[in-house]
Amino acid sequence: MNNYELMVIFTPVLSDDEFKSQQKKIAKMVTEAGGTVVAENAWGLKSLAYPIAKKTTGLYWVLEYSAAADFNEKLKTQLLRDETVLRHLCTKLDKYAVEYNARKRSGVKSYQQKAVEA
Amino acid sequence: MAKNEIKYLTAIKTDKRVKKFCRFKKYGIRYIDYKDVEFLKKFLNEQGKLLPRRLTGNSLKFQRKVSDAVKKARQMALLPYVTDLLK
Repeated sequence: MNNYELMVIFTPVLSDDEFKSQQKKIAKMVTEAGGTVVAENAWGLKSLAYPIAKKTTGLYWVLEYSAAADFNEKLKTQLLRDETVLRHLCTKLDKYAVEYNARKRSGVKSYQQKAVEA
Repeated sequence: MAKNEIKYLTAIKTDKRVKKFCRFKKYGIRYIDYKDVEFLKKFLNEQGKLLPRRLTGNSLKFQRKVSDAVKKARQMALLPYVTDLLK
């Protein structure tokens, strides 16, 4: 079991319900494969830094989960097949990243943010 | 004229430059988040290019991590690949 973080950009044409059902679908895939969802965070509509597939905005969603290493290949094929997904990025989290995310979630000002002010 | 009085043709620099430091080592930052765009912008120039270590003072280990984070952010359209007037 490893810790991963998945960021997905959905097309902005999705309605709120569709957006939620898509999130649930992916989260369900993780749990069905024997993984656990640690946290999820829907950023919502955000403008893209450059157009992707002729779209200038996207619905961002971040999922943190732990799953077996071979699960990601399956997830990838599903995401690539999904037409509502503009782009996705899966990152493996090391122990420092897990710690950082946990701190960020608990609302403690992260040391990264502190350094920004410094 | 005193014998041991040395004169220079150009004025010698007396103000000592502030030594650059790696902010990751100094503040104990272990993980660089690609989602934190405002933080990553500190390491980019106006065109959205990565600044060299010579200017930022990052250690090699963390410069590599910064560049990885910036590249991830670019892939996810959080940061532009090319632009003008980023800041």
